[in-house]
Amino acid sequence: MSATIYWHELRSRTKSIISWSLAIIGIVLLYFSFYPTFANQAALMNEMMANFPPELLQAFGMTGLDLSTVLGFYSFVFLFIQICVAIQASNYGFGLVSVEEAELTADFLLSKPVTRTQILSGKLLAAFSAMVITNLVAWISSFVIITLFRNGHDYDAGILALLLSSLILFQLVFLSVGLVVSLLVRRLRSVTPYSMALAFGSYVLAAFSGMLGDVALEKITPFKHFDPNYIIQHGALDTPLVMISVVVTILSLAGSYWLYLRRDIPAVS
Amino acid sequence: MSVIEVTHLTKYYGKARGVIDVSFQVEEGEIFGFIGPNGAGKSTTIRLLLSLIYPSSGSAAIFGKDAIKYGPELRQDIGYLPSEVFYYERMKVIDLLKYSASFYKKDCTKRLHELSEYMELELNRRIEDLSYGNKKKVGIVQGLLHSPKLLFLDEPTSGLDPLMQRKFFNLIRRENQARGVTVFFSSHILGEVQRLCDRVGIIREGRIVEISDIQTLQKNNYKKIQVMGEGVSLDAFQMPGVTNLEHHNNSSIRFFFKGDINMIMRKLSEMTISDVTIEEPTLEEIFMHYYE
Repeated sequence: MSATIYWHELRSRTKSIISWSLAIIGIVLLYFSFYPTFANQAALMNEMMANFPPELLQAFGMTGLDLSTVLGFYSFVFLFIQICVAIQASNYGFGLVSVEEAELTADFLLSKPVTRTQILSGKLLAAFSAMVITNLVAWISSFVIITLFRNGHDYDAGILALLLSSLILFQLVFLSVGLVVSLLVRRLRSVTPYSMALAFGSYVLAAFSGMLGDVALEKITPFKHFDPNYIIQHGALDTPLVMISVVVTILSLAGSYWLYLRRDIPAVS
Repeated sequence: MSVIEVTHLTKYYGKARGVIDVSFQVEEGEIFGFIGPNGAGKSTTIRLLLSLIYPSSGSAAIFGKDAIKYGPELRQDIGYLPSEVFYYERMKVIDLLKYSASFYKKDCTKRLHELSEYMELELNRRIEDLSYGNKKKVGIVQGLLHSPKLLFLDEPTSGLDPLMQRKFFNLIRRENQARGVTVFFSSHILGEVQRLCDRVGIIREGRIVEISDIQTLQKNNYKKIQVMGEGVSLDAFQMPGVTNLEHHNNSSIRFFFKGDINMIMRKLSEMTISDVTIEEPTLEEIFMHYYE
């Protein structure tokens, strides 16, 4: 790992970290400030929910959720946090080496006395750190905002911690898959369409698999592997599905190193 | 010791040709010119030597060590100025140069400022606000600040005004003479290669067509001959060694000749001519000759 590259990369992610952190704080705050009202009319709320078509509830992963409880209510906003951090991680993954190649700064970096392994490791670690910082913001804001608005309702802090700690694993899938895909194409000109497709694609897939009850589909989308509803109801991760995510991450990372070490850096054309 | 030793280096991008069977050597302390038109494979060769891309076959050694295997270690002593300069747009010049310097094991601060001052570079501007020529200056300082022993200059003068070009050439000459820096200089402008280089390699469609020192290239190779006179015909000079035979105007013809000059003299003595000039072709003409 190159410390020089690590700090350069992390510094260049400052704006991104700040904007995603603010987005997460904003979403959690805006949504959770409604909790006191919801909780007071819990019976009414749950009745209303029961009247929604079950397909719709499944699409949002809301079946079997009691919205009057803190975590039941929180799990819905957690889905939005997941979408945010999935886009963030995909952006980092797809852009990790492709942005330098598209902006043609790769020649500068690769003609320095560093190995490609050092470059990729420095960049990966910087992206990982940026995600960890964003995660910390999600942790702190979730706990603080819940404490502010829970209105005397109790919740299992251990489960909330488990939920939040699953975020980084969840992000690593998007980071590594984005990276390996970006290395499989010869030249990736724009990151956003790819990362949007990966993040929203995974989400839509999870929503559909919820609606259709399709077991095969849930095997491939991290949104199902880290389903907040499941974690809250069982107080544990869905280990076999999480393992799929872990294996995908490891394979993608290994593949990325293999590809990057052999890669011809595209020239100006 | 050869600083660069390239052996049968071949690079294909899929089916597209990069370079084919390129072999040459660059000796310590020399300025080696690498000339060829755009797309001939000049940048490909440099990028192979820096292991930005990997060869399909063949090998290259720098300072006697394999250019790929020891690449990172070798690049401590290599400076590179790419043909198109691109840097992190949002950084300030000084921050970019410091970032660049931080990769090397030595302290480059003093040299960074000396070079920037010499190249009249404004350190506090953002890269995105710089003109192309100024970006090129950033490239020059960036390529030299760690006192490399080997310099790759890929069409370095494009975008520099004539005054800056001269300063740049003086700088390269000084690096070469005072510090013994070996320079690999790629260009398609012959004049500048002629001014600066000891030896040249000419590359065409991915293959090396000629390697020789500049004087030999100019003196021993070709004569440019122009013959004037009534009734001088092209047919008379249809002989081995004559190329580019053509009518210049009504009463004169011209051609290039390579070989024993006496052959031409004897031929001329049999004719009645009004004038003859025999001169050395410019590098430009030699160059064009290789591309026809």
